[in-house]
Amino acid sequence: MPGRGSEHRSGYLVFLIPGLILSTAVVVVPLAMTIGTSFTRWQGVGAPTWIGIDNYVQLARDPSFWASFLHIVLLIVAMAIIPTLIGLVLATVLFEYVAVTLGNRTASVLRAGFYLPQVLPAAIAGVVWGWILHPRYGALNSLLQALGLSSLTRNWLGDPHDALYSVMAVMVWVQIGYPVVVFMAGLQRIDPELYEAAALDGANWRQRFRHLTVHLLRPDIYVVLVTTTIAALKVFGQIFVLTRGGPGTATLVPSYFAYKNFFEKANVGYGSAISTVLTAIILGLTLWFLRLQASGERVRTR
Amino acid sequence: MARPRPIVARRRAGVRHVVLIALAILLLLAVAPFLIVALNAVKSASDYAEHGPIALPRALDLTGIVDFWERVDFTRKLINSFIVSGAVAVLGVALSAMNAYALGIGRLRGRGWFLFFFLSANLIPQEALVYPLYYLSKQAHLYDSLAMLIIVFTVIQGAFGTYLLSSVYDHFPRELIDAAEIDGAGRWRILLRIVVPLSWQTLSVLFAFFFIWTWNEFFLPLVFLISNDNQTVSVALGVLQGQRFMDATTTCASALIGILPAIVFFFIFQRTLIRGVTAGALK
Repeated sequence: MPGRGSEHRSGYLVFLIPGLILSTAVVVVPLAMTIGTSFTRWQGVGAPTWIGIDNYVQLARDPSFWASFLHIVLLIVAMAIIPTLIGLVLATVLFEYVAVTLGNRTASVLRAGFYLPQVLPAAIAGVVWGWILHPRYGALNSLLQALGLSSLTRNWLGDPHDALYSVMAVMVWVQIGYPVVVFMAGLQRIDPELYEAAALDGANWRQRFRHLTVHLLRPDIYVVLVTTTIAALKVFGQIFVLTRGGPGTATLVPSYFAYKNFFEKANVGYGSAISTVLTAIILGLTLWFLRLQASGERVRTR
Repeated sequence: MARPRPIVARRRAGVRHVVLIALAILLLLAVAPFLIVALNAVKSASDYAEHGPIALPRALDLTGIVDFWERVDFTRKLINSFIVSGAVAVLGVALSAMNAYALGIGRLRGRGWFLFFFLSANLIPQEALVYPLYYLSKQAHLYDSLAMLIIVFTVIQGAFGTYLLSSVYDHFPRELIDAAEIDGAGRWRILLRIVVPLSWQTLSVLFAFFFIWTWNEFFLPLVFLISNDNQTVSVALGVLQGQRFMDATTTCASALIGILPAIVFFFIFQRTLIRGVTAGALK
């Protein structure tokens, strides 16, 4: 029988070969090259000069680098935490209230409406908001003026104090549909009798939300938080189109910081160091999430 | 006993109104940017200058859209985006199916490691791959070509597909494979005649996702497609912002023709995507 097992398996390896070759060429080799380059000074032409960990030492002293990571923390708030919280409430209201009182159709139309920003390519979302937030001819300032709120008009993306908050608001708008859709699908999985039992026991909506919905949606909340956090760490398109990291470094993020060093400043070694740090953070976070999830599951099955 | 009832009913109605008004406002916030862009994309530049962005257009004026379309040869960008997204969707599904066939049904030794290896293509930020890919593609004379992008995205999307499809193939009915083997069918035949047809639904979900994800990509196309004739929709619209000829109505026109394909795909694929999510196929 064991003999048969290995024979059973042997014929399958050939199906993995294209995938292994392609992944090696597109991921393994380039990643190794980036890590290697991060220990050099290189303009992209000629031979790189080995400089050891100088790039990393310089990074640790570079205020732009720290700024870009601080901005990422705020973007995680805007792209992962706020959409998850709002998404939980919205999904619950749509599922428990709107679908019941106004029908499933209304609920799915509303869900589609909230999801709409998610279908936009990042660059196009940037174009849309770049115009809306334009200080002179943008729609937001015109609207505020028309409402007699001229004092609230701002140079939304051009003022270093406001730019990051404007970008955060745009990102909340972009992300909100994703948790709503995932949580509504998750709620469909839950046995409605649980809610009926809770209602009979006299639990009010707030108790049902906290102890039932949030608890039962835990795996979904998990998936949403992990994927949106990683998305926040990688954000590029909207920043490129909206602000190019500016004004100054007000909206700089690691991906754009790396891009700038690669293709605008020809500091390939330095850009590689930024990318390597970003990769380490993303892989570290993912492994941590996976372990957390595994231990969570063990607790639940116990 | 008769009195409390109307109060409760009134309170219920009050709650109902508050919830509905809040939902309506949120929905408006979500859709308003689309509406206001559409509104201003069909406005003449002088109308915009005179009445501003929040007034309704005085007359339907499509010159902004037509001018922009011709100026950037938008048909060309659409074709490029279709070629890249379509090719990646087909090749990515094929690659995912082959990998998952070996890992999920073939149960190769070290399966977990292989999965982690493939999935890393999806996890690792593209910034960590971009410069070597840029450098190598120049050496291989693949720089500024759609082929290069197709290869890279096939691997990146296929990584996710491999991960997802492997867990689906884990539960593939073993009897069917065994029966086919007894009938003397080879591995390829079993993949093409049994496994692929029976997992068609999941494969079509993957196809839809790969297509849309690739269509929406910006970073790598921005780096790899520099000549006008090769740019995709996202790159063309993204890099044109801030150009001198991009006045307000032209910007709105460009945004609208960028939005429309996305919305069309959303409606075409909506059923497939929701089926994917509700079937638990995709998380």
